[in-house]
Amino acid sequence: MKKFLGIVSVLLMITACTSGDDSNDTTEENQNPDSTSFDRSAMLANWADGIIIPGYVDFNQKVEVLELATANFVSSPDDLSEVRKAWTEAYTVWQRVSMFEIGPAEVVDLRLNVNIYPTNIDLLESNVTNGDYNLALASNRAAKGFPAIDYLLYGLGEDDAEILAVYTGSNAALYRQYLSDIVVDIKNLSSEVLSQWQGDYRDTFVNNDGASATASVDRFVNDYIFYFEKFLRAGKMGIPGGVFSGNVEPNNLETLYEGTLSKSLFLEGLDASQDFFNGVSYNGTSQGESLNTYLVTLNSVKNGVALHSIINESFDTTRASVNSLESFKTELENTPPINFLEAYDDVQRIVPLLKVDMVSAMSIRIDFADADGD
Amino acid sequence: MNKRIETYFKSYTEAAPLAVFRIFFGFMMCVSIIRFWSYGWIDKFYIQPDFHFKFYGFEWVQPFGVYTYLIFALCLLSAFCVMIGFKYRVAMALFFLSFTYIELLDKTMYLNHYYFVSVCSFILIFLPAHVYFSVDAKRSENAYSLVPRWTIDVLKLFIAIVYFYAGLTKLNSDWLLDATPLNIWLPSKFDIPFIGDFMGQEWVHYAFSWIGAGYDLCIPFLLLYKRTRPYAFVVVVIFHVMTRVLFPIGMFPYIMIVSALIFFDARFHKKLIYAFAKACKFPLNTLNKSRKYAPAHAAFMQLSKVILICVMTVQLVLPWRYALYPGELFWTEEGYRFSWRVMLMEKAGYAQFKIVDQVSGKRFYVDNSDFLTPIQEKQMSFQPDFILEYAHYLRDHFEAQGHQNVAVFADVQVTLNGRLSSQFIDPTINLAVEKESFKHKNWITPFTDEIKGL
Repeated sequence: MKKFLGIVSVLLMITACTSGDDSNDTTEENQNPDSTSFDRSAMLANWADGIIIPGYVDFNQKVEVLELATANFVSSPDDLSEVRKAWTEAYTVWQRVSMFEIGPAEVVDLRLNVNIYPTNIDLLESNVTNGDYNLALASNRAAKGFPAIDYLLYGLGEDDAEILAVYTGSNAALYRQYLSDIVVDIKNLSSEVLSQWQGDYRDTFVNNDGASATASVDRFVNDYIFYFEKFLRAGKMGIPGGVFSGNVEPNNLETLYEGTLSKSLFLEGLDASQDFFNGVSYNGTSQGESLNTYLVTLNSVKNGVALHSIINESFDTTRASVNSLESFKTELENTPPINFLEAYDDVQRIVPLLKVDMVSAMSIRIDFADADGD
Repeated sequence: MNKRIETYFKSYTEAAPLAVFRIFFGFMMCVSIIRFWSYGWIDKFYIQPDFHFKFYGFEWVQPFGVYTYLIFALCLLSAFCVMIGFKYRVAMALFFLSFTYIELLDKTMYLNHYYFVSVCSFILIFLPAHVYFSVDAKRSENAYSLVPRWTIDVLKLFIAIVYFYAGLTKLNSDWLLDATPLNIWLPSKFDIPFIGDFMGQEWVHYAFSWIGAGYDLCIPFLLLYKRTRPYAFVVVVIFHVMTRVLFPIGMFPYIMIVSALIFFDARFHKKLIYAFAKACKFPLNTLNKSRKYAPAHAAFMQLSKVILICVMTVQLVLPWRYALYPGELFWTEEGYRFSWRVMLMEKAGYAQFKIVDQVSGKRFYVDNSDFLTPIQEKQMSFQPDFILEYAHYLRDHFEAQGHQNVAVFADVQVTLNGRLSSQFIDPTINLAVEKESFKHKNWITPFTDEIKGL
């Protein structure tokens, strides 16, 4: 009897040593999902197939249109309207995919290559004049991407006539070249990311459906929250509003030179965040497994508070308050910009709901270390 | 009564269990340190961060940049010497000092099992674990095979206290009536082989909660009583292996499994020792000298007894200090540490700090990631003593940058055991002027729910 127990103990110990906090486990799909258990792989599939890939497809199409419009513009720079329109549409769709900085996008640092603002004007101008720039360098990120195009289409002069004059004036060829190059740069990066998602990465992402610091759900929820906190909340509103520096900084607004789009781009990002939370498909016609349904399932076991409703209400309240603002540029001209900051507070209120309540309910880990759960 | 106590303290028993404990303890400590080192955690947690949270009264404990590795090396070396029983008392004391120093470096890394190792290694300094089967006892004149009974019983008592108190702390309404926090942690373990499918089921959450509490309360007694001992040990193994599979708790389960061996009879330990001895060609004739251990200085023995009685008393009393503070313990955490409250609650927070230059009126929020590592920020966000310490650090930092009369306000949202996150700290209190002390922190927003029990 003792020997048998001893053998059982040893076998159990071996099991413990080989599992536990292993990362990168790929596991079989749960064949018989219980009513109280949640199928993460279905959620991952919905994310990949319903939201992420269609988003990147649309983004690539818009960037292609921008590329074409840019080519037309630089061959005969007499009218800015087509290229500006293409830029606006591509930039708007960018807000839908900015949050997916995982896998292929992470590998190419897509967001930092495509949307660093404010643009470093001196660097940009020196690149244009010198002509020998390497856009792949990290040091050039503040001189390219959508914000740089913003400058090149809206910021080169006081009015359209002055701007067009740059493209026909003494350094015309240099500016035209630079504009083309930075548009092509966006195109190359985004098509690389799309081809990875349409290739092997989609399956890698969906199959990594376990629960560990390196599983897709855990990693992506961290990325989603990071996007919301840093790029949507702080980047678009907090920093320009002076929340982190004490000084209002309107020059840190997105679309600084165009001047009127910051609010709508913010709202696009907010919509994208809420739609993602609810698992709404990119084309808006259906809803699948999502963080919302995950919370609903977890709640059904806990008889706790309806967290998913509170989160959605918070998103809705925020949308209403930001919508009621004038353009961000106008709001920031007030001293102090009270309405802007109050709307910011609404945006801020969503953060702990996601970062604390949702993450806690899903037992998602942020760092790999021993923890006694306190 | 006194006569019986006297007789007890004069009685002897086989030394083998103590020797086995020493060997396994030293071995586990070597493995722990190597593991910690191999994960790169020395650099990540003790060298990279610019700032460390300190224990009250131990602010002078500092890391030494890259020389911090030397402390770990010393710890590893002394653990090895303990294992083989070489210059045991010195090695054990050095291990205790270096290990405890490491733990004092950053409060963020506090774990109940590190606390266990510190206390256990302190106790071991005063026990004659080196007089049997060790390098120190290789020569017959230094070998004793009988030691005072109390030197082994004190370890049993300590382990019993740890388990029993861990069980007592689980007697609360969240744990027993709501099956929380297990009902939050277990559903995320759906991908574990065999048992994963059950982890979402409500009855499993309740079963684990109640069995967990029952295990902690009963196991010391089941291990003490001879007839239940072998079965109790199997339960010990199963329980700790389960927790290892389910939760990221490092070496703790193995340390507890191995520590439980101290309850077994000398016969079992002697078999083990003889097997080890044959394997490393240790002189077997030193192992059966029926000599009773007595230290060179009898006063040392008296001193040891007194010190260990104090240690045991502290262990019995310290976990109850929370009762001296108002408010809900799980919320305020005043008296939470050092009381064997292990894996007892799910708590997470989000802390935003507003800095106000009271001279110029300028105000702004701080990005915590500029100052703290992710794990530091996580621990800080729901523990008031951390929040205060960080607030003072921010005050000093910004005043050094030229801001004047800096006020620090904290807007903190905390969730406890699945409740909706709510305000944790009064955001109107200037933490820059609040002082740390053992007194209750009245700027903690009172808990709005109720948790009954211990």
